[in-house]
Amino acid sequence: MHYIRAVDGVVSRAAVASGAEGAAVVPVHDGLFDAGPPAHLLGSACDSCGLLSFPRVERCGYCGEVDSRPVNLPATGRLWAWTAVTTAPPGYRGAVPFGFGVVELDAGPRVVGRLTEPDPDRLRAHQPMETVVVTLHTGDDGQVVTTYAFAPTVPA
Amino acid sequence: MTTVEVAGVGLHPFGRFPGTSVSDMGVVAVSAALAEAGIGRGGFQAAYCGTAYGGVASGHRVLGKLGMTGMPIVDVEAGCASGAAALMLASSAIRAGQYDTVLVFGIEKMPKGMIRSSFFEPWQEEAGLAATPAYFALRAQRLMTTSGVTKDDLASVVVKNRRHGVHNPDAMFQTEVDASSVLTSRVVCEPLHLWMLCTPNEGAAAVLLTAGGPAPGRAAGRVRLAAAELRSHLAGPVLSESTPMSGTADDSVPPASTLAATAAYESAGVGPDDLDLVECQDTDAARELISYEELGLCPVGGSADLLRRGDTARGGRLPVNLSGGLLSKGEPLGASALGQVVELVRQLRGQAGDRQHPGARVALAHTVGRGANAGVSILTR
Repeated sequence: MHYIRAVDGVVSRAAVASGAEGAAVVPVHDGLFDAGPPAHLLGSACDSCGLLSFPRVERCGYCGEVDSRPVNLPATGRLWAWTAVTTAPPGYRGAVPFGFGVVELDAGPRVVGRLTEPDPDRLRAHQPMETVVVTLHTGDDGQVVTTYAFAPTVPA
Repeated sequence: MTTVEVAGVGLHPFGRFPGTSVSDMGVVAVSAALAEAGIGRGGFQAAYCGTAYGGVASGHRVLGKLGMTGMPIVDVEAGCASGAAALMLASSAIRAGQYDTVLVFGIEKMPKGMIRSSFFEPWQEEAGLAATPAYFALRAQRLMTTSGVTKDDLASVVVKNRRHGVHNPDAMFQTEVDASSVLTSRVVCEPLHLWMLCTPNEGAAAVLLTAGGPAPGRAAGRVRLAAAELRSHLAGPVLSESTPMSGTADDSVPPASTLAATAAYESAGVGPDDLDLVECQDTDAARELISYEELGLCPVGGSADLLRRGDTARGGRLPVNLSGGLLSKGEPLGASALGQVVELVRQLRGQAGDRQHPGARVALAHTVGRGANAGVSILTR
């Protein structure tokens, strides 16, 4: 199961299912991603213009038609742009630095998200990436908040 | 068709002024513009105030302090282009014959640090995605990939604009910096270092517009506002200033700045080759270079060449940001676009002091930011 990864902060399916040590695990926002396997983003496909949207929409933001249906976006893609965030942005309670970038999903859209690699020098253009679920922070009540991120694909 | 002329301009310096309210800064800028135009109470029929953080009835608070209310006062928020939006509305109203004389001003007092904006949803903030400089950094990295721009080029933009800013008494920073200091300042988001980013700050600017006669035979010294256009983004580019969470792989969709520039060139009947000087959005060093390409000052991919030739430096073929740009002045969102107009009016009148570009006749001002909102104005004499 390639999505269970020895990357800091990556939440395995087992943790999501059982809640690590009984803690509740909640996504930062409903409807963004599915932990899988494989972990993937939840998007929309427009039957009018054919374009894919993320996050999920009812009305297509590209053509304005109400012909969108829910789809699972490809779990893998290629790195298109990247940097690292070194100072906590407004409203963020997690650790810094963290990776930040854009991945072009296979035959799909370009998506903005966190990257599991916080060192820009260890990433390269067009590098194969996969969707993973990571821990953002643990609340005072012990609730583990997760989000989607992109991780370099480790060769099998 | 009615033409639009600039009858007066005024500025409150850009910087940090802990003891001065945002309204009082507006009073300084508006009073100066009215005094220059020789216009007093009752002399204008409408007012448009650009501000992003000013709050409810910002414009009323300024004009109330001056005892100049009663006319329509409209507050306009359009992110970094708030002042450009106010200018577009005022200019359009005069062109349409609605008013003869309209006051346009912009005021801002920004919180320190990374800009917090209601633009992002709570989950985006919680996930760390409201990292404004990170989006600038991703655009910078793409520019380095597509246009051969290097980090040395990014440092050169800062060195150039800070050198220009030395001659601007209204700028927040009036000292030169060298490239090595820029490149050894703290990395905010690779490839952008701290000194490559402008400082959100405070300030105000005002412009009084009047209906002019037919284009030929304008009053001596009068500057004409030949175009004031505002555009928003088209869906598609993932790194658009609209800050979407996704985009398409289609790189042919024009950005908001190109849409605004194209409209402005058409309105003014000029093209990029006719320009004598430009004030453009330099929120960060890469943004200035992106602006060169989006405004058509060079071919797409040609920004590094334009910079390296020295064309956009003082004394060059097409000086950009002779005021010092936002990198020297700082960026008070509501005031920045009108601050550019104030600078260009002074340049076109020959009143720019030590930073005067000789013989300037056609000038362009450009702002772009969250929304996306892009404003492009063209001034002529």
